[in-house]
Amino acid sequence: MCSGRVDPEFIIRAFSKGIDGVFIGACHLGECNYVTHGNFHTLNMVLLYRRILEHIGLNPERLRIRFMSGAEANVFVESVNDFVKKVKELGPLGKAEGMDQDTLHAKLAEVARLVPYFKIAKREKLATRLEGHEDYGKYEEVFTKEEVDQLFKEVVSYYIDPEKCQACMTCARRCPVEAIISAKGQVHIVDQEKCIKCGTCFEVCPPKFRAVTKIVGEAVPPPLPEGQRAVVRKGKEKEVA
Amino acid sequence: MEGEAGNFKVTITKKPRYILEDKCTGCTTCVEYCPVVYPDQYNQEISKNKAVHVYFAQAIPLITYIDESCLYLKEKKCRICEAVCKNNAIDFTQEPEKKEIKVGAIILAPGFEPFDPKVREEYRYGEFQNVVTSMDFERLLCSTGPYAGEILRASDLKHPHNIAWIQCVGSRQVIEGGNSYCSAVCCTYTQKQVILTKDHDAEAKCTIFHNDVRSYGKDFERYYQRTEALPGIRFFRSYTSIVKEDPVTKNVTVRYSTPGEGVKEEEFDMVVLSIGMNPPKDVEEIAKTYGIVLNHHNFCDLDPVNPMVTNRPGVFVSGALQGPIDIPESVFSASGASSQIGELLQNRRGNLARERIYPPEKDVSQEEPKIGVFVCHCGANIGRIVDVPGTVEYCKTLPNVVYSQEQLFSCATNSAKEITDMIKEKGLNRVVVAACSPRTLEPLFRDTLREAGINQYYYEMANIREHNSWVHAKEKEEATEKAHDIIRMSVARACHLKPLQEFDLPVDKRALVVGGGIAGMTSALSIANQGHEVSLIEKDRDLGGIARRIHTTLEGLDVQAYLRDLTQKIYKHPLIHVYTDATITEAKGYVGNFVTTVKSDRGTTEIKHGAAVLAIGADLYTPTEYLYGQDDRVMTHLELEERIVTGDEKVASAQAIVMIQCVGCRNEDRNYCSRICCSESIKNALLLKEKNPAADVYILFRDIRTYGFKEDSYREAAGKDVRFIRYEPEDPPVVEPGKAEDGRSVLKVTATDYILGKKLELDADIIALAAAVVPSAATKEIANLFKVTLSLDGFFKEAHVKLRPVEFATDGVYLCGLAHYPKFMQETINQAYGAAGRVLTLLSNDIVVASGSVCEIDEKRCMGCGACVEVCSYGALDLYDTKQGKKATINPVLCKGDGLCNAKCPTGAISLRHYTDEELIAEVDAMVREEDIIGQIDAAAGK
Repeated sequence: MCSGRVDPEFIIRAFSKGIDGVFIGACHLGECNYVTHGNFHTLNMVLLYRRILEHIGLNPERLRIRFMSGAEANVFVESVNDFVKKVKELGPLGKAEGMDQDTLHAKLAEVARLVPYFKIAKREKLATRLEGHEDYGKYEEVFTKEEVDQLFKEVVSYYIDPEKCQACMTCARRCPVEAIISAKGQVHIVDQEKCIKCGTCFEVCPPKFRAVTKIVGEAVPPPLPEGQRAVVRKGKEKEVA
Repeated sequence: MEGEAGNFKVTITKKPRYILEDKCTGCTTCVEYCPVVYPDQYNQEISKNKAVHVYFAQAIPLITYIDESCLYLKEKKCRICEAVCKNNAIDFTQEPEKKEIKVGAIILAPGFEPFDPKVREEYRYGEFQNVVTSMDFERLLCSTGPYAGEILRASDLKHPHNIAWIQCVGSRQVIEGGNSYCSAVCCTYTQKQVILTKDHDAEAKCTIFHNDVRSYGKDFERYYQRTEALPGIRFFRSYTSIVKEDPVTKNVTVRYSTPGEGVKEEEFDMVVLSIGMNPPKDVEEIAKTYGIVLNHHNFCDLDPVNPMVTNRPGVFVSGALQGPIDIPESVFSASGASSQIGELLQNRRGNLARERIYPPEKDVSQEEPKIGVFVCHCGANIGRIVDVPGTVEYCKTLPNVVYSQEQLFSCATNSAKEITDMIKEKGLNRVVVAACSPRTLEPLFRDTLREAGINQYYYEMANIREHNSWVHAKEKEEATEKAHDIIRMSVARACHLKPLQEFDLPVDKRALVVGGGIAGMTSALSIANQGHEVSLIEKDRDLGGIARRIHTTLEGLDVQAYLRDLTQKIYKHPLIHVYTDATITEAKGYVGNFVTTVKSDRGTTEIKHGAAVLAIGADLYTPTEYLYGQDDRVMTHLELEERIVTGDEKVASAQAIVMIQCVGCRNEDRNYCSRICCSESIKNALLLKEKNPAADVYILFRDIRTYGFKEDSYREAAGKDVRFIRYEPEDPPVVEPGKAEDGRSVLKVTATDYILGKKLELDADIIALAAAVVPSAATKEIANLFKVTLSLDGFFKEAHVKLRPVEFATDGVYLCGLAHYPKFMQETINQAYGAAGRVLTLLSNDIVVASGSVCEIDEKRCMGCGACVEVCSYGALDLYDTKQGKKATINPVLCKGDGLCNAKCPTGAISLRHYTDEELIAEVDAMVREEDIIGQIDAAAGK
């Protein structure tokens, strides 16, 4: 297993469980044990999530990556001791940042929910090999504060327009995470809690309906209350008219 | 040693270790208590070790031995180690043991001896404290070294900030005690040391005093540039002497010459002598015992067409006994020698192998997890720090744990038996052993589960030694708590473990060799001689490759006669099928089961094979420089050789021949050194001088890279008045047509002579360009077909540049010859046999076992985005069209279990078995104890 296997979800999970700092030890860059050079990806991921921590008001120093080989016990010891010292200085997660536990958990839950979105939105950048990676000074520039602010500002949501949905079930069948509440003859609804913002529904909604809209950075209209979800057939509507 | 090939009897004397190997667990408690402090030989005697110690951190077996400094061995006192060893592994009654072993063949691989600079007083080694050898420095740099990776000076234990390296110490010198040859590795290891020094201390100033910089190896040119570009690094082409040591600071003064400012003196904090390679210390004794002949440098006398055989049949040689060579070449020859032994002992293959039989596996997947936890004391290693009995009691409180016990050494044979018994008795379906790192012992414990009829992936290891007791020796209570944490996490993960099957893939016993040059033919022959059918694919009408254009080597081999002989052997071999005029149109399959379609003079053939060797050779660069192609007096070095050998009139009568080196490489377009051209030009120069001693031969070079024994020919050429003139890349020679003083039409070559510091004008009748070796035009296409990768310069990329230089990262595909990188014929032959050796390790098995820990895809969850496919360098993943849109699919045989794709997948559709999200998150969740979480919540709520 490669450090590239470390899913951001694990990190957020650890913080949610009250862990005050997360340290990732990876192989030296350019000395991959496989041929995939996954540690470059891990580095990018860590740099992105440090910015994300910063964005939600947590100290980015709570997440750290260091590179070492299996023969460098001393490097490991130094790195871990230094990190432990740092985390102790910072104090308990949330409290040190002046954030109450409820807010902390709400914010972390929000980030956890957005993990797939971050993966999709920053896919290309997360998969690049950082040039001049020997220079730690460069790390801070990989993801900028503005870039991550933007990322949060432009969170996408998908919404099914009840006027247009013909309850054809296509989106529900194709949704990878079963986030679409659907039934025959009933207007489909995106369960925003489950939705991972992959856009599959948007892509597969038949062009003649175009019922799925992509909403960027804005709130999604509330779903129709149950009991009022019967589909209005386009054809029939015309007849009435 | 007596006997003959296939039937040797060797008597060896085994020195006593004074440790029972089957009892010692490598816990090193004895080392701690041993009172004898003694210079550590592994660390160049810079630091101290104990009389009982492990030789070095990666020693195999990783257990202790007692050396001659032991008090008991010297004075019959002490025996403390015996008292503290809980496993009774110390045995002072051991005596030197004579053993007779019967073998069919012998490989001599005694390595080399680093040059000892004490033989020449002028190096001041041993006299000035801060003059060290590169071996000393290597240890200083290492984290397991004398100062745990800190570079310190012997005189004051301070960090040196200004360090000088002196190259060619003991090499390229025709003086008493020195070696005339080039040691081949020092230029690049020095660069490595410089880079590492800068890693240690970014402010360090490093100065390298060198002769030619010989970066002839794969990617070495880039490495040289990387070193040169670091701040504070200076490379000086200069001869040096070590003048004095400052009596107070102990700094060392070096005197050196500069082109502009004459002789200068400079003080350094430390001077590193880049020492070369000597033959092994007892090489003459070795030669006598095994009856082999040495050359005049006291390395093994090599057969030019098979550098692994000796004059004594059945005795082979690999590694530095062949001469000064680098790691990849050593590995070529190691694998190659084993392949030749395979040929020799073919009829006895597998006679000593025994198959293991396991009981049938019980299906427990439907049962509730019933976990057994075994907590190891590891003698005193864990038990002294962690409260083991208390931990056992704690384990019993964990969910799903139905049994727990302590063990003195879980890895001991009787303990493993105990685990097997308990699995059966208590009906355990998952086992956690809390002991050491899984690195060494996980395979053993997995085996223990198999013995009990349980799937081996139901095993989980909690490391409470390296991660705990060894680092928290002074915090016993916390260490016990941490042991609880670690075990709790392992138990949590164990609940989710799934039984996994390793797949057995059948192996097709046939091989495919692509390329019918010397590399391909040698490889094919060695494979076929071991009883495997080989299809040999050649794109041309005839076999032979680029060697058909080479007539002789620097060592005087008649290449054409050799080639004829080799070709005949190929055609006569009943197991080799040759396809000429052939192209590959398709290559499908994977390790053990490839199907390759070939169009050839035999029509279209589908060839099934278990392994493939890619030996497609390389091309020669067609120069656009120096009037090549415009004036027929300008030719490549290969064309010149042809003309010398065939007695071409113009060449034979030429009064002056100018050779220009580095044409088409070591530049922006091809940022590598073609390795062979210096020696090739010198070969031609010597041939010319032999035919016409009066002819003037000039070689315009950047660095002369006649590494190893080829240095002798460089010296010979200089001695025969071949003129060597160095040029700089930014000021290359200029060639123009003109007239000589005697009125004959010549090519005027203008170049700067850096020694004389002026422009030189040479009248040349013939100009030979040392044209670069470039990747064959087909390289890319073949790489795509076989899904292998290319390095930056377009040559095939091996799995590991040093350790796996004849294999691709793609299983079942191997490489050799020029397609890997430019190299000499002898090196190609080494590598070709090496590839054959690797092929045989695959083909001699009936099956290959693929790990069960590979990825699987939940198609319903896949959104077809391809993020996983994009990052899988193994090509294990692919997208295909379904009614539900694109979906990812996996070929588990190609998956190597790195799991990068998992972290890329936005939907969680892809998961690496044995390291699934579920399993890992269970571990994360278990990290914090329930009561701690409640405590936190209470604290937050202000209770």
